[in-house]
Amino acid sequence: MSTVAIGPGSARPRRRPLRAVTSDWGGRIGLTLLILIVALAVLGPAFAPHSTTVPVGIPGEGSNGSAALGLDFLGRDVLSRVLSGGRSTLLLAAAATGLTYLVGITIGLVAGYVRSIADPLLMRTVDIFLSFPALLVMLLFVTAFGGGRGVLVGAAALVLFPGVARIVRTATLEVSTRGYVEAAIARGERTFAVLTREILPNILTPIIADLGIRFSWSIILIASVNYLGLGLKPPTADWGLMISENREIISTNPMALLAPALILAILIIAVNLTGDAYLRQRGRSGSGR
Amino acid sequence: MASEVAGTAVPQAPRQLLARGAHPVRAFVVRRVATGLLTLLVVSILIFFATNILPGNVAVVVLGKNATPEHVQRLDAALHINGSVVSRYFRWLGDALQGNFGRSAVAEAEGRSNSSVSGTIGDPLRNSFALAIITTLLLIPLTMVLGSLAGIRAGRRLDHAISLPALVLSGLPEFVTGTLLIYVFFNLLHWLPPVALLSPGESPLSNPEALVLPVLTLLAVAVGAGVRQVRAGMAEVLQQDYVQFARLNGISERKVLSRYALRNALAPSVQIIAQNLQYLVGGIIIVESVFAYPGIGTYLVNAVTSRDVIAVQAASVILAALYILINLLADLIVVFLVPKLRTGMS
Repeated sequence: MSTVAIGPGSARPRRRPLRAVTSDWGGRIGLTLLILIVALAVLGPAFAPHSTTVPVGIPGEGSNGSAALGLDFLGRDVLSRVLSGGRSTLLLAAAATGLTYLVGITIGLVAGYVRSIADPLLMRTVDIFLSFPALLVMLLFVTAFGGGRGVLVGAAALVLFPGVARIVRTATLEVSTRGYVEAAIARGERTFAVLTREILPNILTPIIADLGIRFSWSIILIASVNYLGLGLKPPTADWGLMISENREIISTNPMALLAPALILAILIIAVNLTGDAYLRQRGRSGSGR
Repeated sequence: MASEVAGTAVPQAPRQLLARGAHPVRAFVVRRVATGLLTLLVVSILIFFATNILPGNVAVVVLGKNATPEHVQRLDAALHINGSVVSRYFRWLGDALQGNFGRSAVAEAEGRSNSSVSGTIGDPLRNSFALAIITTLLLIPLTMVLGSLAGIRAGRRLDHAISLPALVLSGLPEFVTGTLLIYVFFNLLHWLPPVALLSPGESPLSNPEALVLPVLTLLAVAVGAGVRQVRAGMAEVLQQDYVQFARLNGISERKVLSRYALRNALAPSVQIIAQNLQYLVGGIIIVESVFAYPGIGTYLVNAVTSRDVIAVQAASVILAALYILINLLADLIVVFLVPKLRTGMS
């Protein structure tokens, strides 16, 4: 608030996102589950008892001594594939979220700070992207470029960046009129320095508050495309892909679908609980997807 | 806050009317419809160019190994895909406006007699509409009733009993919810079939049992999301001054709810319902795939899988148009429902 702020960030107390999350039970449960699933996805492949690609028995066989979760539609070990199937989902979703924020923050900052013609132009573009169903954008992207990893990440970011851009723009508009920004401009700081050192550190709260929603959306969008068989190609072990691959054997070994479905469900609930806990502590949610 | 708005809005409306000369509602409707059409035009351009980015020729991609130059040329001619992208766009747009979406590249390559996209997209569209309408008829009352109940009882046991499942269900992707429902109702209980297959030309209503799980899956996500928003709106309205004032005047709680709270919570709910319907446009794509239901979503996914660009364009434009239309209708309905908003439209 003070007009004689000395340096970046000194006007406000330091924010601790982790403390905000762990201050209530929803957040603690969410964060614990999230850490467990990330650990499972990262360390899981090392504990896989069998190969993820080589059949070890009769397709669709139920659980037995050597395969705790039974065998999938090609006779591969379900447990090994579940242990190995999280890396792709989490890595792609994390990359998509990162790209979403890179693009969203850049556009939001420019639109909110530079204004003039850039603002209406950028915001109308954002409006256009919001008038597509999210999954349709993903499918069009896959039609145009195929279902590679880069395409999945790019398409998810394309769906998700408009929401981030809007939130960042609104926050930038508000912060731009503060004394410390005007002081930085008066000192003759370059626009880039004003944006990254004065404005960005002071709009982090609404940006972090939005992180949970974007990450769970990234997981859902990428897993959905994989489920449709339009993303990662077999024989990749991937939770989304596994659910659709094993549809035929739901009567003989339902675990082949249930295990990846439940783990995806827990992952998404954990991300949402963590995000909600932060939201309850700090500020309000952004709009849109 | 609300009484202030209501107090100042009434005398302002006629003045504004006189000053502007035109009827503000009519002006708003015209402007909103024009924006909708413009958005649709831009969206159609994006869809067309996105599906034409790939350097390869549609005919070559579809014909695969059988692509002799002669075959490709014949297919090109049959599909009208000669010429520059821009000229093709305008020809495609002109045809699409007349309901002709061109011919399916895959059907043409396979030499099927009925290769027109408009001819083959009708049945899937009808099936999807049946699924969407049944879902909507259940979705609206469920969202409103559960959301209002949770809002009225905010913080109490009933609120938790509604809000917690809503929070969990609204976050899950459709294919996870659908898979879990199949496990419960097919594997464990043996009540319902795991797929909703239809033979060509069969009416979706001829086998209502098969529709139960797809409808439940769509409802789980959409109602979950809607309930949370309606609850928040209701809880907020109940804290307004005029509700407190009505209570202090000794008006019965039932009357306070029905005459004051519900009516004012209704307007934002139109937007919430619209968001839910917009969600259905996308959600139906996955749900139809989960249950192998022959609707527009399955049609689109099959077209993407076989790289049938012309069918992808048609299905995408139809879905995007519905998405924009729902948004447009919601904006118009809200303005007609809530006179208060009309003054702020200039």
